[in-house]
Amino acid sequence: MDYRNSYFFSEFGFLNVGISLMIGTFTLAMIRMFYVVYRRSKPLYSKPPGPRSTLIVLGSGGHTAEMLNLLAVMQMDRFKPRYYVAAATDNMSLQKARVLEDSLLEKADVEVVGTSQFMQIYRSREVGQSYVTSIGTTIIALAHALWLMIKMRPQVILCNGPGTCIPLCVIAFFFKAFGIRWSSIFYVESIARVKRLSLSGLLLYKLRMADQLFVQWPQLKSKYPRASYVGRLM
Amino acid sequence: MGEGDDSLKSKRVVFVTVGTTCFDSLVRAVDTQEVKEALFKKGYTHVLIQMGRGTYIPTKSAGDDGSISVDYFTFSSSIAEFLKSASLVISHAGSGSIFETLRLRKPLIVVVNEDLMDNHQSELAEELAERKHLFCARPQTLYETISAMDLDSLVAYQPGDATPVAEFINRFLGFRDE
Repeated sequence: MDYRNSYFFSEFGFLNVGISLMIGTFTLAMIRMFYVVYRRSKPLYSKPPGPRSTLIVLGSGGHTAEMLNLLAVMQMDRFKPRYYVAAATDNMSLQKARVLEDSLLEKADVEVVGTSQFMQIYRSREVGQSYVTSIGTTIIALAHALWLMIKMRPQVILCNGPGTCIPLCVIAFFFKAFGIRWSSIFYVESIARVKRLSLSGLLLYKLRMADQLFVQWPQLKSKYPRASYVGRLM
Repeated sequence: MGEGDDSLKSKRVVFVTVGTTCFDSLVRAVDTQEVKEALFKKGYTHVLIQMGRGTYIPTKSAGDDGSISVDYFTFSSSIAEFLKSASLVISHAGSGSIFETLRLRKPLIVVVNEDLMDNHQSELAEELAERKHLFCARPQTLYETISAMDLDSLVAYQPGDATPVAEFINRFLGFRDE
């Protein structure tokens, strides 16, 4: 009896330790997640400013036009090296980014403006694709995005939708949670969104993944108070 | 917005663009007799349609029988030249062509495609129409819009500015402005 009892207790004890460990790990993970969410949207004043490696997600069509319009007024020597990512189905965007980079190199040396790389990524959802089938394509897009993010590990992420940027932002968030790489995520909602955020914008807003979410119309600011209203960019 | 109308036969082109999309109902609406007549009555002499991936082929017309001339093409690497030479632009609701046209200060009718699944595009067109920068229509109301439009009621669009965002990002990251 005694033997059985002690066996029972030792097994119980083992289980107990296991459960405690799990709860402990889970709690720590949650604390870290909350810290990341809290620390997000706080400026990075502590570090002396040096150039930041920057990921620029080009969303095709009007999105790309808006992004390039923003890049045109940014001091590119502060955001280097630059990684441009566009959807695999989008042939125009990276070409336009190359034109921009070439024009930078005409004005200054590589040492000043920094290097740039151009990459394509699978899209999680095509325009018009149903929300159900987009689950499968999202998983593929996530795996590919993870591979690219491991290679790039950017410190700044600039995006403005559509879905292309979501897997990259999710991974960046987990990089922050696991302490792999701290990054600042800036999302500029498209000028086409006047009354409601896009699906990508809403996800980043609700999940509190973007450090700053910019909107271009006052109607959106009143509906989503945590967003920053910056006026029209176009 | 008027051209040098020195000769009676001055060319006034209506440029219709659907971008990279398929927007047959717009091309079909432009190709109707009533729309073409309404445009001709307003003094336009040519219609040039960029029809994209659409399958509806408009009827070509040389326009020498006292009607408007009609021509079309599918794609062009840059529509800037067509926009520049146009006297009126009829466009799909994509933000790219909307702002490209507004920056050139061309009168613009935006036609919203109601067949799109995620139809957020009407938001922008309606907002800009409310601010009198353009006219907003549906394929079935294009004729009414053209007949009723008064180009003098349009207000020129002041282009936006991206520097506030760039400054915000700089401050956030701790970059100081010299």
